[in-house]
Order: sequence, then structure tokens, then C-alpha cells
Amino acid sequence: MDYIIEMLNIVKEFPGIRANDDVTLQVKKGEIHALLGENGAGKSTLMSVLFGMYKPESGSIRLRGEEVSISGPKMANSLGIGMVHQHFMLVHNFTVLQNIILGVETTQNGFLQYDEARKKVIALSEQYGLKVDPDALISDITVGMQQRVEILKMLYRDNDILIFDEPTAVLTPQEIEELIAIMKSLAAEGKSIIFISHKLEEIKRVADRCTVLRLGKCVGTVNISDVTVEEMSEMMVGRKVILEVEKQKREPGEPVLEINNLTVKSENSTKNKVHDLSLKVNEGEIVCIAGVDGNGQSELIYAITGITPADDGTIRLKGEDVTSRSIRYRNTHGMSHIPEDRHKYGLVLDYNLADNLVLMEYFEPRFQSKGFRKREEVEKYAESLIERFDIRSSEGVDTIARSMSGGNQQKAIAAREIGRNPDLLLAVQPTRGLDVGAIEYMHKQIVSARDNGKAVLVVSFELSEVMQLADRILVMYEGEIVANVKPADVTEKELGLYMAGSKRGEAV
Amino acid sequence: MNKGKWRGFPKLNVSKAAGPLSSIGAIIVGLLVGLIILLFANSSKAFEGFGMILGGGLQSSKDLGNVLYYATPIIMTGMSVAFAFRTSLFNIGASGQFMMGAYGAVLVGVLGTGLGPFQWIVALLAAMVFGALWALLPGLLQAYRNVNIVISCIMTNYIGMYLVNWLVKGTVYNQMTNRSIAVAETANIPKMGLNEIFPGSSANGGIIIAIIIAIVIYILLNKTTFGYELRACGFNRYASRYAGINEKRAIVMSMLISGALAGIGGGLLYLAGSGKYIAVEDVLAVEGFTGISVALLGMSHPIGTLFAGLFIAYMTIGGSYMQLAGFVPEIIDIITAVIIYFAAFALILRSVLKRIRTRKGGD
Repeated sequence: MDYIIEMLNIVKEFPGIRANDDVTLQVKKGEIHALLGENGAGKSTLMSVLFGMYKPESGSIRLRGEEVSISGPKMANSLGIGMVHQHFMLVHNFTVLQNIILGVETTQNGFLQYDEARKKVIALSEQYGLKVDPDALISDITVGMQQRVEILKMLYRDNDILIFDEPTAVLTPQEIEELIAIMKSLAAEGKSIIFISHKLEEIKRVADRCTVLRLGKCVGTVNISDVTVEEMSEMMVGRKVILEVEKQKREPGEPVLEINNLTVKSENSTKNKVHDLSLKVNEGEIVCIAGVDGNGQSELIYAITGITPADDGTIRLKGEDVTSRSIRYRNTHGMSHIPEDRHKYGLVLDYNLADNLVLMEYFEPRFQSKGFRKREEVEKYAESLIERFDIRSSEGVDTIARSMSGGNQQKAIAAREIGRNPDLLLAVQPTRGLDVGAIEYMHKQIVSARDNGKAVLVVSFELSEVMQLADRILVMYEGEIVANVKPADVTEKELGLYMAGSKRGEAV
Repeated sequence: MNKGKWRGFPKLNVSKAAGPLSSIGAIIVGLLVGLIILLFANSSKAFEGFGMILGGGLQSSKDLGNVLYYATPIIMTGMSVAFAFRTSLFNIGASGQFMMGAYGAVLVGVLGTGLGPFQWIVALLAAMVFGALWALLPGLLQAYRNVNIVISCIMTNYIGMYLVNWLVKGTVYNQMTNRSIAVAETANIPKMGLNEIFPGSSANGGIIIAIIIAIVIYILLNKTTFGYELRACGFNRYASRYAGINEKRAIVMSMLISGALAGIGGGLLYLAGSGKYIAVEDVLAVEGFTGISVALLGMSHPIGTLFAGLFIAYMTIGGSYMQLAGFVPEIIDIITAVIIYFAAFALILRSVLKRIRTRKGGD
């Protein structure tokens, strides 16, 4: 069998951990090969070895049948290996074309020659169905389009081994569809693709074969057509995973959060970010806000939490008007918030885990006396949360948050917010970037909060999550709620229509 | 992501990860560069001069005492800058706050003769208050009007300098010498026995006060909820706001304390009993700017700043002896500058390496 790239028996050790333990990855020409594994399973390490950023302790890399020793990313590139990173590497005030040719510009007498490059880019984009405007500024185009620019960058450099690192994490459902089509057409043209992901549905749809890593070890390589999603998740996590959210029926109680006619103005547009919006979340109820990113969900949450002031309308928490109350007041009166951007809002990355776990409570009498912090109490509490929520880190409570994996950072935030035993839990994209096991866990936590009579408001861009988790779904479009439905009464397709603004139901 | 975090100054990663090793490495490189400069200037006397830099501060107990005396004000301004750094504010206004503090001290020192043995304490408190109030202005502007603190601090440096000149002339002026009147004997900081340990030097209790303050600041930053809030705002003001911390108040408080530290520095120098007067000149106080070097070399840590201040004072004493070998004392400034560059460079290098490492090893 002809493999275009083979990584054989790779072993890579870091102090105290074997990140790759005898891992073998063989990719055929023209196939889409998924690399599946939980956070910390060793996917990134393996790719770093392929790009020559790490030297493996043992093992070899064969490219087109010949053994190679890759010294660094530059060499990997010249061998035709390219990568689309999860966080794009684009210059925002450059045009699409400028970004694509950056680093491989053709010049004449020191002047840039755009014409030829432009022709090549246009030809490539037509060949693979990658619609882009070569002269648009990166800052003006959508995330999906930015990703296409990244793909074009690889194609422009004549790479034929393309690595996609969790490419769908940042995309809307529609953009994911487009990406899948693009990947398939790339493979059909003979490009070989390594698709790093932990989203099983997508792997099932797009990949030909799949190599599964767990805790640095290679669990196996399977043909996608031979396995079910359940089997893949079991390979990945090492145990049976319940993909369906289990939840009992529960009658909602008294309203905990009531929003009436809330308006949040936009700084640079006359169109309101949140427009005359009313909603209610009751005790023992999970309300999910569905919608395409950027339709006012973030602004709504910021207004509820007080991070930005509301321009009009009222916000009531357990019957009390908190519209003009401080963030601290809301935090200490039953409101809890898992923020969308865990690095910007959720964590002080340079603080250790213990300090982060008491970020909302450090001032409470049990953690301080007369202004002096009670270190031991803080650590004891942090340790209890670490145990309860299974937060994994290298140095326990002393681990600097920055050094933790994304999944565990998210767990830490969830632990802090749910551990406070709030009356109202606001969770924005609570499972973004988490692997299957952690998603299952997070969903369980949210459901159990609801079962304990908490009111939960979830913002999610993933329809499957919304459908499974919600007791009631609100669809948000351009700052307004355009539908208020029960998951049983609606299909994903209908929700998609509401989200796109082409259908309107009865609001609250 | 960190756009809003940077107020004026590219904050170096001053976390404990950096460790004192990078500072020590920078010191060694800086000294070697200094040696090269000496060799260029006058190769025959270079090693003699270099020896004076290294050993000058150790020649006698008088020199050692003077190291302590010189170190005291720059430790205070260094701590002032370092404290503001911790809240990611670049207090370049320590010079103005230092002079305001000096004026407050001299004012009470000259006029407050009725205070008896408490005069020096009240004078020092006045220095603290004057310095703090002078830093309050840029702090308020930054917090509530989003005026870049670097700009307003530079302005308050000049305004402070001229204001002090004007105030001295109006209140405690000695026309004959064009400077402030000498403070009363009871306004001088007690020697606290240091004059006996270091006879003939200007060493006084100021250094002991500075050490105590460094410890207090260390405790304030690391052991109290207030310090927790300030550092949280410095690291990530969005997360701080999310946690309900009043970040505007944190900015103002941080500047108040920073200014108080610089003000005490001014007080400690002008109450040292070493014949220091406020000269009515249009010159900014250099102690405020040396404080920036001290803070950088001390990695913005209160205790690190203490040692950095002592080190730079030691070098300065040594440098003054270098004149005996025919070198200008400014060479010490060059060496200090090189050391700071390398200290900063080592920190940057470290954080870059760390970032690459985490990027590679991530996930």
C-alpha cells in the first residue's frame, strides 16, 4: 500500500510525561485522515513532531516512501506539508492576496508583482471552490472566509499534505457545511488531508480513515465506514460515553430571571445590539438561546451580568430589579456566569488555579479576615473543587492557569461558577473546545444544576447541543428573539430557518 | 486579546517564572560591556577603573554606609514604579511625586518645630501625602477619563517641578543660597544606630524605614485581598471586571500608593540630615527615573527592588571613585543602562521561549 506520509512508532517524552508513546500514523494519498483524541491525548505533539518542532526520542517519518528528517516548519513546508491552525495566522490589515503571498512574494527589482499571484490565487480558488475576494481586507471578511484564505495559503505554496487543526471550532453550521465540501473536493483533487478533531459527527461525515489517540498512545486506525460514532467515542475516551443528554422531565417553578424590553445600543451603528428583548427563565428550567454568532447573544449576557450597562429595559433577579446594580451585587445575589471568552473574562491566566477558583468569592469571610487572605482555606476549597470537577493540572492548586489545557481551563471556570451554588447559571458556549468526555460531563453538571431547581440560561451555536440540553429554546436573530419553542416541537431544520431570519415565530 | 491590558508600557512578564537568575545574568553581561567601554576609553587604566567599580563601595565602612544612604531614595522610587507595574500602570511620574514629597517633608521640617520629637514622623507623613496626592491626578485621569497615564505623568513631572520651585520660594526659601531653608534638627530621620556602625557616612534610619516598607508592600500585594484585586486588575482587567472588582478604583488606589512611596522617598532623602536642600532649579529629580531602572532590575518585586536599589547605589559609589583613575562617572550610567537592557532582554527572551514551549507542548 502506498502511503504519502508515514509516522512510525513515534515516541516523544516531556519531563514526567510521555506525550507520544509509540504512535503510528499512516496517511494514504488522496484520503482524508482524521486524528481523533481528547485534549491532551498527544495530537498536537504528534503534529509538532511532523513539523520538526520537536525531535522525537525514537521513531521515523517517511514521506512518499523515503525516510526524511524534518528540521523545522520551513523544511516541512518545502516538503509540501501545510497546516491551517485553529487560530488563524493572518495579518488583519492586509488584503487576502497580500496574506496569501506573504513570505513567498514574487518581486522584480524589489517591487512586488501582484498580477501573476492574483491569477494563480483566482485559478486556485476556482479549482477548489474557495470563494474569496482577493482584494478584501482580512478584518472585513467572515471567519469562514478567513479560513478559506488559510487554505489558499497552503495551496498557493503547492502543499499537497494539508493539516486542519480543529477547523470547525470557529465556524457556524453553514460554514461547516461549506468547509466539508471544500475538504472533499481537495481530497478528490489528490490532496491528502489530516483532519484533527474531536467532533465525531464531522469525522464520520468527512473522513475516510481515522487514527485514535488516547493518553499519548495509539488506540488504533479504523475505516470510518466500519465504525459507529459510539464506537469511535469509546475508543477515544476508553469507556462507553453517553452522547445523549439524560434528563428527567421537570416542571419549571417560579421565574428567577425576568428581562423586560431590554435594549443594548451599538457603539458604531444605529442598529441596536439587543432590541426590546424580553425573556424569562424559571427555576428548574434550562433555556437555550440558539442563533448564529453575532446576533446579540454576547451583548445580552453582558447586560444581564452587568459587564456592560443596559440602555433600556429592566432585568429582574428573583423578583428584584438589578438593572442598575453592580456586577459584584449580582454575583453575590445568586448570579453565576460561565463566560464565552475564557481567556479574556473567565480566568486571570497568570494566577494559579487556587486563586482563579475563588475569583468570585475571595472577599467572602471564609476566605479572608480583616483583609488578609486565608491561604489555607482558599487552597482547601480549591482542592475540593478540583476533586469534585476532576480538573487535571500538573501542580494542583499551584498550577498557573495559563499552563493548563483549554479543556481543563473550561472545567475550572465551570467548577467555580457551579460550585458557588447559584440560583441562576448563565453559560455561554459551555462546551466549546471540549472533547466528548468533557462535554458529557459539562452537560451532566448543567442538568444537575437544573434538577436542583436552578435556573439555567445557555447560549450555544451548536444546534445539536441546544436540542439535547434545552427545556425551552429561544432563537435570537439581530438582537431580537424570533422564536420560543420546545425542542420536541421543532426540528433542527426549522431552527436553522429561524436562525437565518427567514422565519419568525411568536416571541415570549 | 490583551489589547486593553497594556496601559502605556509593554508589560514584561514579571512573574516568578523569571527568577532572579536573569537579573544576575544581566548584571554580569552589563559589567563586561562596561569593561569594554573602559578599555576603549583608556585601556591602560581600564582594569584599575573596573576594580574601583567593583570594589569602590567596599573600601571602608563609610562607603558602605553611603551605599545605604544613596540606596534609600531610589529603593523608594523603584518600589513606587514597581508597585504601579504590578497593576500594569507605568508610573513615569515618580520624579514629580518624589519632589512633591520632598517639599512636604521640608515644609513640615522647617515650619513644624512645635512638634518636638514627632516632627520627623509628621514630616515623613506629609511627604507621603504630598506624593500620593500628586499621583492621584494622573490616576483619576486614567481611570475616569482614559487619559494615558504615561502622558499625564510626564506632564505632572514638569508641573510638579515648577510647582515645588514656586512653593519653596513662597514658604521655606533661603534667598542667599537660592534653595530651601535647612530643616530643624528634630525633623531629621533618627540615625537608629547606623552612624555608629558606619562612622563618617550619611547612613541613617531611612534605609531601615525603606526595608520595613518593602516588607509591608510585599505583604500588601501577596497576602491581602486588596493586593489580590490589584494584581488581578494588572494581569487581566476584563476578568477583574467580570469578577466584580472595581477596576477604576484599583487604578486610583494603585497610583495613590505608588505616589506615596515616591513621596516617602523624597522625604527620606531631604530629611536625611546630610545637608540636602531643595534647590530652586529647572531640573527634574533623577531619583524618579533611576527608580524605573531599579524596578526593572528588581523584576517589580518589592524585595527584588530593595536589592536592585542597593546594587545600583553600590555601583554609583564605585563609579564616583573611578574619577581617580581619570574616568568620568557617567560611565556608571552607561553600565547601569546596559544592565537594564540586558535584564529586560533576558525577560523578553524568557517569555518568548516560554510561549514557544507552551505552543509546542500545548493541548
